[in-house]
Amino acid sequence: MLTHLQRLEAESIQIMREVVAECEHPVMLYSIGKDSAVMLHLAMKAFYPSKPPFPLLHVDTTWKFREMIEFRDVMAKKLGLELIVHINPQGVEKKINPFTHGSAIHTDIWKTEGLKQALDKYGFDVAFGGARRDEEKSRAKERIFSIRSAQHRWDPKLQRPELWRLYNARKHKGESIRVFPLSNWTELDIWQYIYLNNIPIVPLYFAKERPVVERDGTLIMVDDERLPMREGEQPMMKSVRFRTLGCYPLTGAIESEANTLTAIIQEMLLTRTSERQGRLIDHDSTGSMEKKKQEGYF
Amino acid sequence: MAHVSDLIAEDIELYLKTHENKSLLRFITCGSVDDGKSTLIGRLLYESKMLFEDQLTQLEADSKKVGTQAGDLDFALLVDGLTAEREQGITIDVAYRFFSTDKRKFIVADTPGHEQYTRNMITGASTADVAIILIDARKGVLTQTRRHSYLVSLIGIRHVVLAINKLDMVGYSEEVFNRIDHDYRVFAKKIGLQNIAAIPMSALKGDNITELSRNTPWYSGDTLMSYLENVQVEDAAEQSGVFRMPVQWVNRPNLDFRGYSGMVVRGSVKPGDAICVLPSGRESHVARIVTQEGDLETAISGQSITLTLTDEIDISRGDVLATTDSPPGVANQFEATVVWMTDEAMLPGRPYLMKIGTKTVTANVSTVKHKVNVNTLEQVAATRLELNEIGVCNLSTDQLIAFDPYSEDRDTGGFIMIDRLTNNTVGAGMLHSALRQSRDNSQWQNIDVNKQAHAAIKGQKPFIIWFTGLSGSGKSTIAILLERKLYSLGKHTYLLDGDAIRHGLNKDLGFTDADRIENVRRTAEVAKLMVDAGQIVLVSMISPFSAEREMARELVAQGEFFEVFVDVPIQAAEERDPKGLYKKARSGELKDFTGLDSPYEAPENPEVRIDTTTQTPEQAVEHIINYLLGIGVLG
Repeated sequence: MLTHLQRLEAESIQIMREVVAECEHPVMLYSIGKDSAVMLHLAMKAFYPSKPPFPLLHVDTTWKFREMIEFRDVMAKKLGLELIVHINPQGVEKKINPFTHGSAIHTDIWKTEGLKQALDKYGFDVAFGGARRDEEKSRAKERIFSIRSAQHRWDPKLQRPELWRLYNARKHKGESIRVFPLSNWTELDIWQYIYLNNIPIVPLYFAKERPVVERDGTLIMVDDERLPMREGEQPMMKSVRFRTLGCYPLTGAIESEANTLTAIIQEMLLTRTSERQGRLIDHDSTGSMEKKKQEGYF
Repeated sequence: MAHVSDLIAEDIELYLKTHENKSLLRFITCGSVDDGKSTLIGRLLYESKMLFEDQLTQLEADSKKVGTQAGDLDFALLVDGLTAEREQGITIDVAYRFFSTDKRKFIVADTPGHEQYTRNMITGASTADVAIILIDARKGVLTQTRRHSYLVSLIGIRHVVLAINKLDMVGYSEEVFNRIDHDYRVFAKKIGLQNIAAIPMSALKGDNITELSRNTPWYSGDTLMSYLENVQVEDAAEQSGVFRMPVQWVNRPNLDFRGYSGMVVRGSVKPGDAICVLPSGRESHVARIVTQEGDLETAISGQSITLTLTDEIDISRGDVLATTDSPPGVANQFEATVVWMTDEAMLPGRPYLMKIGTKTVTANVSTVKHKVNVNTLEQVAATRLELNEIGVCNLSTDQLIAFDPYSEDRDTGGFIMIDRLTNNTVGAGMLHSALRQSRDNSQWQNIDVNKQAHAAIKGQKPFIIWFTGLSGSGKSTIAILLERKLYSLGKHTYLLDGDAIRHGLNKDLGFTDADRIENVRRTAEVAKLMVDAGQIVLVSMISPFSAEREMARELVAQGEFFEVFVDVPIQAAEERDPKGLYKKARSGELKDFTGLDSPYEAPENPEVRIDTTTQTPEQAVEHIINYLLGIGVLG
C-alpha cells in the first residue's frame, strides 16, 4: 500500500505530465522557496530520464534575499535547466520598493505585473505554481487547473469542475492556465518530503546568527544596505530563521536555534502560529489574497 | 501545530518515521449546513489539533462576535469562509480541507450550496473513498438524504458513514438512533449501498467524534475518527488485480530510449509481464520500470511510472497498456450514465469532446434512454439533459477506445465531456457497457453505402442552404460566417461560392440568361452530389431566377433544401458596391447586370429572409442557426 506521501508524489507527477502532453508552452514558476524546491524535485522525477521539457521562470523583485538568488542560480546550473529571470523594467525605472510605496504597490508592480509581463513576453500558455490549498482559506476551493483570461484575470465563471484525475487543459487563444501540482500537500507534507528525499533548500530556513531589526513586533533581516534604518535603530545579531521566503523587507524572521531539518520540523510541529503569519502581504486587509488572485497574483 | 504527541519533543526522528508510513484517505461530507456539516468538519480539524494558535484566537473572537453558540466555540466558522464569496456571486463547487492524525492524512471534500448540489457533489465525490452522510436526528431520513445517497452510489463510493447527528437534541435516544439506522438501511439496500456504519453523534458537543461518549452508553462501535483511521478502502483486488495504465506521455530523451509514462490505475506490473496495447491490440513484454532512483521490481496502482517494452511497437498518448490475461474492452458505442453540469442543455447528436483516461475523442449522445429524478429515483422519459440532470444514454465516439465498466475501474470507465466552442467541462459520465452494433467485420460487404450511411458516419443530416440575393447583398459574408459556426458545432460542411465556381467549373459561361441558368444548374448538381456524400452544403450565388432555384430544390429530397433570401434594397447594395461592380455596370462596362439591366426575381416564400438593413451578419447567422435548430436538422 502506498503512503500518503507516495500518493501525493504520484498525483503531482501525473498533473505535470498532463500539462506537458496537452499544452504547447509550459513554464514552471520558481520562487526559490521550499514549495518550489519540492515542485522542482518532482519535475525532475516526472520526466526522467528526460529533463523537464519546460524552463524555470523566476519573477525577481530585486528585493529577494541574496542567499535566495545564489541558491537559485546554483540549482538551475546543477540540474542543467533553463532559467529565465524576469525583472519588471517599470519597477526598476520607478525604483519601486516597499518602504516608500508600501507592500501592496510593491507586490503589485514587481510580482503581479512582472509575472504577467513575463508570461506575455515568452508566450507561455501554462505556468506551474507551488501554491497549496492548505495555505489560506481562499485557496481551499482553488482548482488544480485554474484558467486565466487573456488579461490574466481569474474569472470565477471560467473555472471548471475537476473530476477524478481528468483535467481539462483546453483553452482559447490568449487564455492561459495556472496549474498547481502541490494543491493537496500540506506544510508538514512538504517538510517531510524534503526530509525523506534530502532536497536542497535555501539556508535561510535554518537558524543562524543574522543581523536583524525589530519593527512593529516583526524581526526584519538587514540583508543589504538598502534597508533604511529608523531613528535609534541598530541591527542586532540574533539566531533566526525563516518559515517562508519572499522579499526580505516583507518577510519576518523567527527567533530559533533550529539548524537541522529535523529541528525545523520539530519546531514547526510544536509551534502555535500558522505559516503565513510571517508574510506581511496577507495582513493588508481581509480577503486580500482573494483580491490579489483576481488581479492575477499567483 | 501543537500535535499532542510527546514523541515530537522527545524523538522527532522516530515521530517522522511513523508519519512517513501514514496512508491517505479522501472523503466527502454530504448534508447541508443545517445538518451540522460545517460544525462537523470544523470539529474534526479541531480535534486533530490542526489549528494554529492564531487561528484559534480568531475562532474564539469570531465565536463571540458572530457565533451561534452563545460564545462557545462555533466550529462552523472555521470552514464558513464562503459566505462573503457567495455574496460576491462566486460559485464555489468544492472546497478541500486537510487534517491528519498519527495514522492517516485526510482530505475532505466539502461541497457547499444547494442549487448546484448534484454537480458539486459528483465533483467532490469523484475522488472520495468514503462518504459521510449527515442526518439530523430530529428529522430522520429526508429526501435530500436519499438524493445524496443515490449520488454516492452512482459515483461508486463503497464506504458510507451514516452520521446521525444532533443526537443531543433528542436526549441521546437509542430508539431514535435505531429507527433512523433501520430506515436508512432499507433504502440503501435498494440503491446497492453496502458497508454502512451508523454512528450516533453530536458534532457540536463532540460526542463519539474522537472518544466514545458517556451520553451514549448503549453504543460501542467506532467513533467517527477511529472509523476514518481504520476503514480499509483499497481492496486487495485493486492492488494485485489486472494491470491498467493509460499512456500519458511518450518519454524520448534520445534515440536509444523510448519509455511510456503514466499512472498505474489498477493492479500491478513488473518486468517480464506480458502486456497489450489498446485499442490496437499489439502485444509485448515489460522490459524495465524506470525511475530516477533506479529501476523498480514492481509498481502498483497509484504510482506514476515510466515503462519500457521489449519490442518497438507504435504506442502514443491515449493508448492503454493492460495485462494480456484480462484486457479492457474496445468499442465506439456505449451505454453510459451522464451527469450534466452546465446551463446549456445536452442535446443528442451534438458532438462534444470526451476525455477518458488520457484519450480525448469526439463523442455524441445518440439517444437519451431516460433521466433519473434524483429525489424519487424514478426513471423519466427525456430527449435532452438540463443542468444537474442525470441520464442513461447511448453514446458513440469517433474512434475506438479502450474502456472498463466504471463499476470496475473509475479511471478507465469515467469520463468528462468538454464543449467544443467554450472549452468548458460540461458533463461527466460513467461507461457501463459497449453496445452491440454493426461493427462485426464479416458484415461489411453487405452494407449499402448510401446517403444515409455517409451521413451517419458524419453524425449529421445533410442538406443545402441556398443563399440568393443581389450582388453586394452580403450573401458570401453570411455564408462564410455560417460555415464557421457549423464547423465549430462539428458539422462537415462545404461552401460553394458563385464567384469561385465561375473561375473554375463554370469558367466557360458568360452572363446571358442561358448561361446564368446553366451556371445555377451545374452548381445545384454539385451540391446534390455533396448532399449524397452526407455533406452540409452552403451555396452562395445571386441565382436571379425562381425557376432555377426551384430546380435546385427539387434535385434533393424534401427537407434538404433551405432558401435564404438575403434581402437588400438595390440602392443600398449599390451604395455599398464592395467590388465596384455597380459602378462598372452604370458606366456601361458590364452588361446584363442583375438588378439593373437584368431582372432579379425575389423569392416569395424563402425558408429564411435576412433583412440586411436591420440585421448584422452575426445576427443573420444566429437567425439561420435558430431556424435550423428549430426544424431539427442540426441534430
